[in-house]
Amino acid sequence: MNLLLDVRDLCVAYGKVEAVHRVGLQVEQGRIVTVIGPNGAGKTTLLAALMGMLPARGSVNYAGEEIMRVEAERRVSRGLCLVPERRELFAAMTVEDNLTLGAFHRYRKRDKTVGEDFERVYQLFPRLQERRRQMAGTLSGGERQMLALGRALMSRPRLLMLDEPSLGLAPLIVRDIFRVIAGLRDKGVSILLVEQNARAALQVADYGYVLETGEIVVEGPSAELASNPRVIESYLGFVSVNAA
Amino acid sequence: MNTEIALFLIQDGLTNGAIYALLALALVLVFAVTRVIFIPQGEFVAYGALTLASLQLGKLPGTAWLLLGAGLAVAAVELVQALRVRALRRIPAIILKFIIVPVFLVGLVWWAAPQKPALTLQIVLALALIVPLGPMVYRLAYQPLANASVLVLLIVSVALHFAMTGLGLVFFGAEGSRTPPFSDAQWKLGVLTISGQSLWVVGASLALIAALLLFFEHTIYGKALRATAINRVGARLVGVSPAMAGKLSFTLAALIGALSGILIAPITTIYYDSGFLVGLKGFVGAIVGGLLSYPLAAAGAVLVGMLEAYASFWASAYKEVIVFTLIIPVLVWRSLTTHHIEEDEE
Repeated sequence: MNLLLDVRDLCVAYGKVEAVHRVGLQVEQGRIVTVIGPNGAGKTTLLAALMGMLPARGSVNYAGEEIMRVEAERRVSRGLCLVPERRELFAAMTVEDNLTLGAFHRYRKRDKTVGEDFERVYQLFPRLQERRRQMAGTLSGGERQMLALGRALMSRPRLLMLDEPSLGLAPLIVRDIFRVIAGLRDKGVSILLVEQNARAALQVADYGYVLETGEIVVEGPSAELASNPRVIESYLGFVSVNAA
Repeated sequence: MNTEIALFLIQDGLTNGAIYALLALALVLVFAVTRVIFIPQGEFVAYGALTLASLQLGKLPGTAWLLLGAGLAVAAVELVQALRVRALRRIPAIILKFIIVPVFLVGLVWWAAPQKPALTLQIVLALALIVPLGPMVYRLAYQPLANASVLVLLIVSVALHFAMTGLGLVFFGAEGSRTPPFSDAQWKLGVLTISGQSLWVVGASLALIAALLLFFEHTIYGKALRATAINRVGARLVGVSPAMAGKLSFTLAALIGALSGILIAPITTIYYDSGFLVGLKGFVGAIVGGLLSYPLAAAGAVLVGMLEAYASFWASAYKEVIVFTLIIPVLVWRSLTTHHIEEDEE
């Protein structure tokens, strides 16, 4: 077992309110791991803390190194990358400039291979190539998600963390996005996927955790979770009723 | 007023306006990236001019000591930080950047100043002493408060302005200085006489504005600064740290300030506290652009320069009053035409 991310006893608090309590989770190299759970369970907080955007306690071991004290910007250059729920694009800049900035730390290191990655991202999302001179703020919801993913890929992540990539998107686009996510794993990128759309998440993931009110309540291989009565009742049943 | 005077005033207004435009751009840049209203911008103007004047007298400018002191202070802060996060590998770079390089620069100036090198070299030396102060000031005064409100940052700016003005008095004394012009050339254009220096000012300002434009549009660091101004969280997520962006924008602001000072030093007598008014006029221009739009800020600054030129002809006693009164109609106009934008809107 080749662990890329090993989180132990992670606690995150907003003032006195603890949003994430003693969470432990592991991501193996080249796997998709999903964290599902209801709104307000602390999923977004968990990812923000792993990225170093929020102060937290506990231990986060990434690629064999403790990174708890490492700033977010340095985590990026070590291959950790977060696509946040709000996308956080540069609205008043062109699509191409957004992608360029995704590779910021690679330009700093004078990485000559950035050019190839533009091709790769445009191949993955031809829509972005059509709109590359357009301002990011003028894109549709689906295109914004593509751009957020594309910008993340420009950083050549080893561990890609995705926060609700399907949020607010049409079902067809959701399918596209999940296909891309599965394809990334096949290219060796490890993925930590946070989703409310539990059905889609468990279909694509290898392993899953269920987070409720800041604590992991169930974990297991995706297939096992998908047949766990508690998970079916709380997440999958609800989703299928909704989708009908 | 006859045509000759009117044309002369236009020339005067454009020359001053070009300088105010540069300062307005620097203020907009610093505010967009760091939310700091950079009142000490004007001190960099005075420091630039007076440092050049000292060098022309063959003296070691007092700002050299400031560079050493600020460098030591930054080194101390950075070392404590590095020890706290146990990043021992950063120590050699810290010592090189904040102790060895400043010592080298001061040594260079100390050696070169008495030999009275050519004007171009003097300008390079003056810039080498002043520009590094920009990021150092950011590191010491603003970076520890990077998440504070705009008001707190403004208060820090006011304090820094007084500190830097006071240091200016210590370094340069109460007497004003004027440097010889870059060129003595004069051209007759109809009834108008154009001085070489005012062409220098306008030309250098335009060149600097063009260079800034290229920097923002076509370099990765320029894009990183724009990105930070647009979306701070997004910028952090791609690895652009707010501290790096802050230092870079302060470096540019210090460069623009010092260069402005060097450009106007032959036109007007600069005292240790002259920078404040010059900077404030740039600020009025920046307000015309809502501290947001670069073209509007530059246009506003040129307007300020024009207004100043004509005001000093018609009612020279009320010159400053008239210029600063411009801000009232501008604020009324802006508050009527712009919608309030939430600070954290992205």
